[in-house]
Amino acid sequence: MNTPARQVPRLETILLLALGVALVVVLPLLHAAGLLSSFTLGVWGKYLCYAMLALSVDLLWGHTGLLSLGQALFFTLGGYLHGMYLMRMIGELGQYRKPIPDFLVFLGWERLPAFWEPFASFPFAVAMVFLIPGLVAFGFGYLAFRSRVKGVYFSILTQALTYAASIMFFRNNLLLGGNNGFTDFKFILGHRLDDPTTTRALYLASAVALFLAVAFCRWLRGTKFGLVQHAIRDGENRVLFSGYAAVHFKLFVFVVAALIAAVGGALYTPQVGIINPGEMQPEKSLEAVVWVALGGRGTLLGPVLGAVSVNALKSWATRAYPDLWLILLGGIFVLAVLFLPGGLVSLPARLRALFSRRPPS
Amino acid sequence: MKAFLLLPCLLALLFATPGRAAATENPRALIARAATEAQPAQARQLLAAAVGRADESVAPLLDAWRRDALFLHAQADGGRVAVLLTGEKDERGAQSALRAADGQPLQDEAGRPVRLVAADLPAAEHDASLRRTMKAILDLAELAAVDPTRRARSVRNLGLAQDAEKLPVLLARESVESAPEVRRALREAIALLRLKDPREEIRVAALQELQAVSSLATSDLLARVVQEEAAAGNRLALEAARRAQQAVEWHRTKVDFAGTLFRGLSLGSILLVAALGLAITFGLMRVINMAHGELIAVGAYTTYLTQAVFGTGMTLPCFGLSVPIPGLQFSGAAREAYFIAALPASFLAAATVGLLLERGIIRFLYRRPLESLLATWGVSLVLQQAFRLIFGANNVQVSSPSYLSGNWLVGDVILGWNRVFVIGFALLIVLGMGLVLTRTSLGLLIRASMQNRTMAACLGVRTERVNALTFALGSGLAGLAGAFLSQIGNVGPSLGQGYIIDSFMVVVVGGVGSLGGTILSAFGIGGIDQVLQQYLPLVAPGLAWVPGIGGFLQNLAQDAAVFGKILVLAGIILFLQWRPAGLFAPRSRSLDE
Repeated sequence: MNTPARQVPRLETILLLALGVALVVVLPLLHAAGLLSSFTLGVWGKYLCYAMLALSVDLLWGHTGLLSLGQALFFTLGGYLHGMYLMRMIGELGQYRKPIPDFLVFLGWERLPAFWEPFASFPFAVAMVFLIPGLVAFGFGYLAFRSRVKGVYFSILTQALTYAASIMFFRNNLLLGGNNGFTDFKFILGHRLDDPTTTRALYLASAVALFLAVAFCRWLRGTKFGLVQHAIRDGENRVLFSGYAAVHFKLFVFVVAALIAAVGGALYTPQVGIINPGEMQPEKSLEAVVWVALGGRGTLLGPVLGAVSVNALKSWATRAYPDLWLILLGGIFVLAVLFLPGGLVSLPARLRALFSRRPPS
Repeated sequence: MKAFLLLPCLLALLFATPGRAAATENPRALIARAATEAQPAQARQLLAAAVGRADESVAPLLDAWRRDALFLHAQADGGRVAVLLTGEKDERGAQSALRAADGQPLQDEAGRPVRLVAADLPAAEHDASLRRTMKAILDLAELAAVDPTRRARSVRNLGLAQDAEKLPVLLARESVESAPEVRRALREAIALLRLKDPREEIRVAALQELQAVSSLATSDLLARVVQEEAAAGNRLALEAARRAQQAVEWHRTKVDFAGTLFRGLSLGSILLVAALGLAITFGLMRVINMAHGELIAVGAYTTYLTQAVFGTGMTLPCFGLSVPIPGLQFSGAAREAYFIAALPASFLAAATVGLLLERGIIRFLYRRPLESLLATWGVSLVLQQAFRLIFGANNVQVSSPSYLSGNWLVGDVILGWNRVFVIGFALLIVLGMGLVLTRTSLGLLIRASMQNRTMAACLGVRTERVNALTFALGSGLAGLAGAFLSQIGNVGPSLGQGYIIDSFMVVVVGGVGSLGGTILSAFGIGGIDQVLQQYLPLVAPGLAWVPGIGGFLQNLAQDAAVFGKILVLAGIILFLQWRPAGLFAPRSRSLDE
């Protein structure tokens, strides 16, 4: 029972619970008490949404061995679908004082295009946040996994998918705001978005969603499904020869990961106040992979840690050294891949190994 | 109306005796002689002989005549000579005199230049009819231009203007014209002018001629003729006009298709050049080099630097310091030769960066391909930002040398020289690459190491060195691609990002490890992309029938460039369903290949 192999997950559980309590309970309480500004809480909410994106990357890459470079697509899709609801909630408060979003007025539309109509309903928008990214993931995953596209090819194909979608979303003709995307949101469910209570509620929703997603991944890892998932990562052909339909497993994980990313995106939009196709560009997906690589792939704490730390670093560095930020990010990436393959999470174990190797004095 | 009366008589005169005699005479000398002629009728005859033969170099002369600045100088032998006065006036008010006939200084018997006072000399006379002839000369000066392209253009313009009075001039020109390009233009223009004829049979003949020529420029005009003839109820002419219109439209379809094919070919070559380096590093070495695009940018920036070094030099805003780059101050052809020097320079620069990358990072990751993807992406970020800090965030200006900027017009299809050059060059480096890989010992070592690194090492191949060289070679090819892309698109810090995904697609579709597949897929993707861009707007209205999302699809299809690209990417995903390993999959019995 006291073997290190068992100790690490238990340590992980304790850390995860501690982190969960800190994020879900402590931060909102501090905000309610006025010790934490709404701005800071909003920034943390953004980090947590990014953490969900990272978690979805890790579920695929760390646990199933599928390096998807298209998770930002699902994240942004979720963001757009929720954004459509938020755009409808602006009502006639836009710059043109028309009942349709400003960019449509600008494009010369008089009436709302048909597919915009139902987005005035929040439940419909939420259903779409799940449905559309899920369907895209299912369709693409079915095609990709059925023809046994794997490894690097899968990465390149997902990147191409994201790229195709991003150039599509940049066009005005898609009627989704072109390269400006959606912004200037005013209300969500009847509450003003600039209200501190709304900020806190949105933050809380992000924290709880992240906590649930992590808990789900942890539960999944313990099931037989999780074992097969790891087996696919480590030797897909053996799994196939053992009689498992790897395609179904991979497809399921791909869709679940897409949904986690989409929920992250849906929560991201109201907190950041803007969603545009820039979020969908291939480099955003790669950036999410950096978070996971730095945090530690194949763990549950790693992606969260990576997403939060890299983004906190980014917030600071883009202000302090705007010119050097990309060099810093790229450098961290290269160094992490070369010298810390296990990520930040593996740092304590590595240090311990380093010290224990020393001869006792 | 004035010209209407004038021109037939001018042309009659053109072939009459003085015209014949004058036909051999330099038009400028003719004009000078006309100026000295005392009889207005004689002067008119002489001047008329120059219509359609004199090019625009006589414009200043005629202008001087009209402004009363063409003077007549009586010579010792009693004859008169037309002179122009130029240069500074001296204290007498005299200026140096130039003979109007050849523009040379006028000399007296002793061979000294003659200086004359304007006020002492009579100006050459001109009446209204002479001035009209002068105007006719200038209007038709382009018809006599030395350059056949300009002659053809002026003929076409005359044709499209449909001024029936110009018909005799064109017919006269046709009798002396020899350049085939101009002759074709003349046929077209003469037919166009004859469309104005009141007699229907002449118009029908002219329409048949237009049908035979089927020039794109006549399209709008023919549409108008169809309407007019239909309104006038001329059945024969209407029929002929319709047929001519159809011929022109069919010709347009063919030209458009040929143009699309050419653009597809050139896009394919660009993709091929960009993907070739990747076909080495990814295809043979299985290294996912996400910094490939930045290696292309290294090549493009090296071209930019070479250009500056051959020119006047420049100052780089390198990391906030101003680094001066001295220039060789070349000019003319030597300066334009910079591109020739830029080719090896960009190859070497990118190969060096590639070598450093391989030695510094990639060699540790040969067994972890996905992680080489991530590490090289980190490198690509660093390089992009480095470009920004060294060369500035804006695009830099790389000018095309004159031998790369120009067009060929082959049967109405425009072929840009730079694109023709890219196609030729792509084929050249593919051939060179193929020879290096199959005919040299380095190629043999490369192929051996890539097929089975361990076995090659056992047989004494220094695989470490071969890896480094191969990667440098692939990177150098990316640099060459950059030199070419600098001639076609913008050079900026994110240049590489625009090509990286396309390049990977080309290699994946072609079949990893297969150079032939890379070539085929590059041209296939380029061709399909251009065909879709050309013809998507045509099918766009047809999409309205798709239930539910018809209007949406129709809207999208209007953006042919983007929608075409999306369709190509979707097509690639579907294609990989059919052939998961690409066009030419390497045959292998191993399971995890």
